[in-house]
Amino acid sequence: MAHVAEPAQYSGLQESSRTILDHYQQQVRTRRIYTVVSIVVFLIVLGASLDFANEANSGKFFERLPYFFDFLKSFVPNSPLEIFRAMFDLPSPYADGSIKFDYTSDRVWITDSFYIPNFFYQLAITINIAIVSTILGATGAFLLCFFASTNLVGAGLTRWVVRRIMEILRAFPEIVVAGLLAAILSIGPIAAIIAVSIHTIGALGKLFFEVVENADMKPDEGLRASGASWLERVRFAILPQVLPNFVSYTLLRTEINVRASTIIGAVGGGGIGEVFSLSIGRDHAAKTYAIIILLLITVICVDQFSAWLRRRLIGKQSFEFGRGAA
Amino acid sequence: MSNLAVNAADRERLLAAYPEVFHRSVMQRWGLVVAAVAVFLYLAFCFSFFNVIPTFVNGNWDRAAIYLQDWYSWRAQPRLRFQNGEVVPQWTSRGQYPDGAAIDWLKPASNGGYTVIFGSDDRLDVTPSQVDVYIDGKLYPVAIKGDRAILPAGAPARMVQDGNKVNVRFGFAGQAEIRNSQVYVQRRFLGWANFFFDTQSPFWGRSVTSVAGLMLFGERLDPSQSNASLALDNFLNNSSWQHGDILSKLMQTLVMAFVGTLFATLIAFPLAFVAARNITTSRPMNWGMKRFFDFLRSIDMLIWALFFTRAFGPGPLPGIAAIFFTDTGALGKVYSEALENVDDKQREGVKSVGAAPVIVQRYGVVPQVLPIFISQSLYFWESNTRSATAIGAVGAGGIGLKLLESMKTNADWDKVAYMVLLILLVVFVFDNLSNALRSRVMGKKGH
Repeated sequence: MAHVAEPAQYSGLQESSRTILDHYQQQVRTRRIYTVVSIVVFLIVLGASLDFANEANSGKFFERLPYFFDFLKSFVPNSPLEIFRAMFDLPSPYADGSIKFDYTSDRVWITDSFYIPNFFYQLAITINIAIVSTILGATGAFLLCFFASTNLVGAGLTRWVVRRIMEILRAFPEIVVAGLLAAILSIGPIAAIIAVSIHTIGALGKLFFEVVENADMKPDEGLRASGASWLERVRFAILPQVLPNFVSYTLLRTEINVRASTIIGAVGGGGIGEVFSLSIGRDHAAKTYAIIILLLITVICVDQFSAWLRRRLIGKQSFEFGRGAA
Repeated sequence: MSNLAVNAADRERLLAAYPEVFHRSVMQRWGLVVAAVAVFLYLAFCFSFFNVIPTFVNGNWDRAAIYLQDWYSWRAQPRLRFQNGEVVPQWTSRGQYPDGAAIDWLKPASNGGYTVIFGSDDRLDVTPSQVDVYIDGKLYPVAIKGDRAILPAGAPARMVQDGNKVNVRFGFAGQAEIRNSQVYVQRRFLGWANFFFDTQSPFWGRSVTSVAGLMLFGERLDPSQSNASLALDNFLNNSSWQHGDILSKLMQTLVMAFVGTLFATLIAFPLAFVAARNITTSRPMNWGMKRFFDFLRSIDMLIWALFFTRAFGPGPLPGIAAIFFTDTGALGKVYSEALENVDDKQREGVKSVGAAPVIVQRYGVVPQVLPIFISQSLYFWESNTRSATAIGAVGAGGIGLKLLESMKTNADWDKVAYMVLLILLVVFVFDNLSNALRSRVMGKKGH
């Protein structure tokens, strides 16, 4: 490249250094152009998306924004104590015969004199749905994962089929499984359990086989040399290495499944999700806040407990945030 | 077989050398068994708590088969009514044939009746006084007398008298209900009926080549527009499949995930710098920001979604808002953890040449964490593409709500299958896209 006039930055540089500087600046310029172009494209896509979303929505964003605060203002319980009365199914002083203030009739009586407040009962259902489906899903994933890992079954047909099965189970919308089963078995927790379990098999299966593929193969070689069968090799060479990680991922999944079973509940799977969607839809402020508080406490407790257990099981490295695996 | 006998001295040596193998604690020896028994007992408890057996016994299993068949096949359901000594076919509103179409399995007979063909040897000859049922080529005449249809003697198990009517099953091909006033026929075919064009469209019932020929060379069917645009219009506005509506709803779901994750990324990015202990030195600020992230994250996406649906009305906006609020918390947590793990040397290097604090972050920190940030955001985008469907179903709109509506009718399982296929396709495409982007950002090592 020929230089007509020597800019100040070239003074004192040798010919070879100038070339390097030239090339560097050329690269910087190209990079800047790429950055600007991609930001512009990004902004256009974003603008189009926002416009589309606003058009498709039944209420427009800027029209509804003032009413948003109206909604918040109207959504205040008569007194803060009402929230706790709703939570523990105590009679309300505002009772006027409507279900808005009728907290007591939902009590779940265990004996003649002892009851569980309804929201706690529904919460127990949701948590049990989550735990049962995690157990079922983890069992399924455990059985499948060894057939999906290259180091145990090779790169052949078995691996391909099992991996595709896992992908489909993972991507299949949960609400469709729940809806189909609700149509057959009637609405209730079983549809939710099966739907969440199916998704769990796919999601955990993927994480599990990745762990298995990263296992140290030396124990396997040792067992193979002494003539162990495939099952024995999996049991004594692979399993001891991968089990802590499996447990850690399963605990992480339990957290995610508590949330998932709440959502499935809201579309007809029973449990706290259904109660919540009913009470917010009917403008029952006290009940809604009671459920929000309960859910918040539950999610925090489950998160903390599983994080503590994971740390105990495999140390600090397990303390990763596994949301991306969902 | 080799001799594996161990002499006494060796035995003592091994016992002394490997105590952890031979003297394991009770927990080590029985832990797995105890855990398995506990899990089993828990499952047994839940089995009765959720009433599993009664639910399964009371399930509508005969309907289950029909629903599942509806995923990949369709039913034509004409009623052959007896009116004034004649047979008149009557279609429901979901009729898959236009008026007066020649149907090759439902033909008028010379005697004023109708012939319904279920297979080469299976058919019905319907007249108002008698229905001749042919099963495997054998004739079973069902007489219609007074207010009832009468099952002939010696009829096979596929024909059943049910009160005043006679039911005939032809397996997959369909079934018929013979009553005194009508024959209710269900004829099942593989595939999806009228998937491309509905019966109102001039393209209905044409073969692929004929439609392609019309689009390319044919005379304009509608003088105001070309055949290709007419075909596209007819396809998108297909009244039984609603392609246009479904695709727009799918787009809404994708937009929810995209915009929600993007906004969450943009907001979480600066906030994470405040939350990271090594960057903002004020402990109260760190603590407050981290608790704020926990708060956003712990309120379920469902709660945000329902909340914003009440505020903005159903549509993508509440979906975007729900994803934005939850993921600002989640991404903020991940980002601040990544920031706390940066290598300090680069920061010190930039600081030592006298750079301003913002420049120190820009050149000393951001280059280290940006790949991790982008990769995490891509993970969230991927997972939100899936969860946006569920969020939609609770009221935020998009394909989720459409799915739920279609499932509630219990008659649109073919449409459900179509939407599920679209969702699977989109999820696979986006998974691969985000994987490709991630491996480019992260280099070969992946994340």
